[in-house]
Amino acid sequence: MSNRVFFKRGVLPGFGLSLGYTVLYLGLLVLLPLSALIFRAFGLGFREFIEVATDPRAVASYRLSFGAAFFAALANAVFGVLIAWVLTRYDFPGRRIADALVDLPFALPTAVAGIALTAVYSPNGWLGAPLTALGLKVVFTPLGIFMALMFIGVPFVVRTVQPVLEEIDPSVEEAAAVLGAGRLETFVRVILPTLMPAVLTGFALAFARGIGEYGSVVFISGNMPMKTEISPLLIVTKLEQYDYPGATAIACVLLGASFLMLFVINLLQRWSRRFA
Amino acid sequence: MSVKVRQVTKRFGLRGEVVGVNDVDFEAPEHAITSLLGPSGSGKSTLLRIVAGLEVPDSGSVQIAGVDVTRIAVRRREVGFVFQNYALFRHMTVAENVAFGLSVRKAAQSAIKERVAELLNLVQLGGYERRFPDQLSGGQRQRVALARAMATNPRVLLLDEPFGALDTRVRVELREWLHRLHEKTQVTTLLVTHDQEEALELSEHVVLLRNGRVEQSGSPTELYENPANGFVASFLGGAKILKGSVERGRASFAEQSLSTSVDLADGAVVEAFVRPHDIGIEKIVGPATVGQVATVSRLVRVGSFVKLSIALPDGDSISVQMPRRECDERGLREGDRVRLDLRDVKVAPPMDYVI
Amino acid sequence: MSGGIAGRLLAKEHGALRPALEESAWVRRTLIGLTLIIMGVLLVVPLAVVFVTAFSKGIDAYFHALIDPETMNAVQLTLLTAGIAVPLNLAFGLAAAWLISKYDFPGKSLLITLIDLPFSVSPVIAGLIFVLLFGARGWFHPLLAAWDLKIIFAVPGIVLATTFISFPLVAREVLAVMQAQGSDEEEAALTLGASGWQIFRRITLPKIKWGVLYGAILCNARSMGEFGAVSVVSGHVRGETNTMPLHVEILYGEYQFAAAFAVASLLALLAVFTLILKHWVEWRARQRLRGDEPVVTATSQSAALAPSVQRVSI
Repeated sequence: MSNRVFFKRGVLPGFGLSLGYTVLYLGLLVLLPLSALIFRAFGLGFREFIEVATDPRAVASYRLSFGAAFFAALANAVFGVLIAWVLTRYDFPGRRIADALVDLPFALPTAVAGIALTAVYSPNGWLGAPLTALGLKVVFTPLGIFMALMFIGVPFVVRTVQPVLEEIDPSVEEAAAVLGAGRLETFVRVILPTLMPAVLTGFALAFARGIGEYGSVVFISGNMPMKTEISPLLIVTKLEQYDYPGATAIACVLLGASFLMLFVINLLQRWSRRFA
Repeated sequence: MSVKVRQVTKRFGLRGEVVGVNDVDFEAPEHAITSLLGPSGSGKSTLLRIVAGLEVPDSGSVQIAGVDVTRIAVRRREVGFVFQNYALFRHMTVAENVAFGLSVRKAAQSAIKERVAELLNLVQLGGYERRFPDQLSGGQRQRVALARAMATNPRVLLLDEPFGALDTRVRVELREWLHRLHEKTQVTTLLVTHDQEEALELSEHVVLLRNGRVEQSGSPTELYENPANGFVASFLGGAKILKGSVERGRASFAEQSLSTSVDLADGAVVEAFVRPHDIGIEKIVGPATVGQVATVSRLVRVGSFVKLSIALPDGDSISVQMPRRECDERGLREGDRVRLDLRDVKVAPPMDYVI
Repeated sequence: MSGGIAGRLLAKEHGALRPALEESAWVRRTLIGLTLIIMGVLLVVPLAVVFVTAFSKGIDAYFHALIDPETMNAVQLTLLTAGIAVPLNLAFGLAAAWLISKYDFPGKSLLITLIDLPFSVSPVIAGLIFVLLFGARGWFHPLLAAWDLKIIFAVPGIVLATTFISFPLVAREVLAVMQAQGSDEEEAALTLGASGWQIFRRITLPKIKWGVLYGAILCNARSMGEFGAVSVVSGHVRGETNTMPLHVEILYGEYQFAAAFAVASLLALLAVFTLILKHWVEWRARQRLRGDEPVVTATSQSAALAPSVQRVSI
């Protein structure tokens, strides 16, 4: 009896049922498949694992995936703050629509985004034409991957920053004004530091998403090994060749990165709660 | 630097239906603490914010040191403002908070450091430079807010219910502390408060507001002793208003259970503002002779004095306060029949007002 | 403060009444203009291109592409997949949310991490793990072969992968709402003698229904639109194991651009519809907002939308 009380705290009925169902579901759907991955990876043997995971083609894909994701997330951090500010602080015709539109990259299937972005940035596309005239080739280059990841990452920073902006105490801004600070100075010295944790969290989320993004990138990237081949695509290619070990190894690298990001994001959120 | 507010009006709401401040006129003398006193909704905070420049009045003007500042932006008015919830910059240390106004003016680092130390000592928080606001108590945070506001040597210091968010004990302590601080600095100060005790204790000049209008302004003594109307009388000192009439040189109230001598014609209708400690009580021993009597319905000892609730013959009740010793001497108990005497009471022809 | 939804435009109101918080008009206009340009370039242009290209060969060609039997098959499969994944994930989401918000037990954090997992892995990896289980060299392959069951390169695999990818959406949304609302009412019902199911049905469900709807909308959008994971587990067999996104890929690969975009336009319409529905739910939730009673919370708004690893606070 005392064991049971110790194990579960909470008096509402339904513990057993909800726990059982949840564990069953998670076990079958998540744990089992994941363990298959881990076991495969282990089955490889350490040295072979490292060999496959650090194969030059794989490394090139890491550099591309991580690099493009990083810069795209960075750009989104900057734009995200701007967009969040404008949506929160100003009213203008179409504000509601703009606000809803921010979520488009979440709602739009990645394949649709992929072909749309390719069409837009191809040499005769709406945006691709002027860019190509300027000498910038977008499709089939890392730049194209960057643009695609930028599209994907728009909502992340905006949606993490918006709630924080909305909760800022106006009297803090007024205090800064009474003390003589102009609006820009107030923004940089008082508002932005308060937003930082949210911005970083959004950045990390966008970055994590960008690393693993597939559908919206494969069309515009051109998929040339060593040049424009992203890691997720490499995994798919290896799978199609029945190179399970290869696919597993690279998947593990990405998974490791994901977990690392998860950890970092958690830390960030705990830090941001300090300012709450 | 005196502050003159002339015919300031401010309305709120989509169609201006909510009146924040209505044609307010007052002057806050130099070097003094002036209280803007009133119940919530009286417009006192709005008025303070208008003086600061945080709100723009619909009409009227604000002058600081003789200069019309109504059109001048808040950041150039050189006032200091302390918010009720401190509004400290939580991501900055205490020292950075205090230094903010100076750093905005691009003062030299060494000068800033010196001034910050000076101010923190002034507010008795020397040594707290590196702390963050969330490591401080409410009272400490408010002192930091004060130091921050004073750092730039403002011409006027504006305090918006600075002690409202604090515990009673801290509030009382800080009140005293603010008084001593003001003695030292002599900065013209406008203090918004709903606590009449605070206003009476701290200020040399009081502006009492209700529903956006000035009911009376003057020294605390003036408002207390010569209230302009029933509202002022009851807000400052908790006076009760009684209506009665004059007969043979005596004005009597509540079916003649209270009376006082007056120099008015017979038959005149009068009002009295009666404060709890202005009433004399006499126990009636034996059968009642003249007039009707009142009864002690409740007797509560509060610290060093006693509060008695007296039931008047006309159904009304009145509160009487007296030192405990006096109460014991007269042997008063609950249920006693008593006669009341009004000493030192302002009796005047009634004025039109609505509470 | 009641949070993001009710707190919007507070600063604007403040701005109108509080001059200290206002930027000058031209700063404002510049910022707004800049934002609109950025959003236009990044978001509106791609969306517009879908529809423009879809109709580029004329309306007839458009409808022709849609009516094509392979397309219809893809639509059917997509609907079927979502039709299975969403209810399954709803049930799970409710159970998990109830479990996490109402009780304390060892291993709770681990549980939450597991729920967040599909958000943090690449969709390709999501597909990969099922291939490792059920594929040609998978663990269960012998078993499946014995019973002549195909999961990978067949519909069950697609359903599985989709379910995996989208299950956190309902769970996290409902969890956020439940946590914000607390268990006071449920406990009160308990003291009044209600059973577990009664409490759930009559107290909890009505309270969380907007959160549930919200989560279902998101889950559905994700289920219908998933590409990466499904691409790995399906066999790209036309007319059989192609969902709409996969079909788009095939058409595109065959340079049938107008047709590809025609099918894509259906998905884009779904996306727009999802956005509208989402907005409507938020609006309704705002109407029912009674001060401190969160219905669709700001946390959940930002958290749920991020297919992310944002932890819901415990």
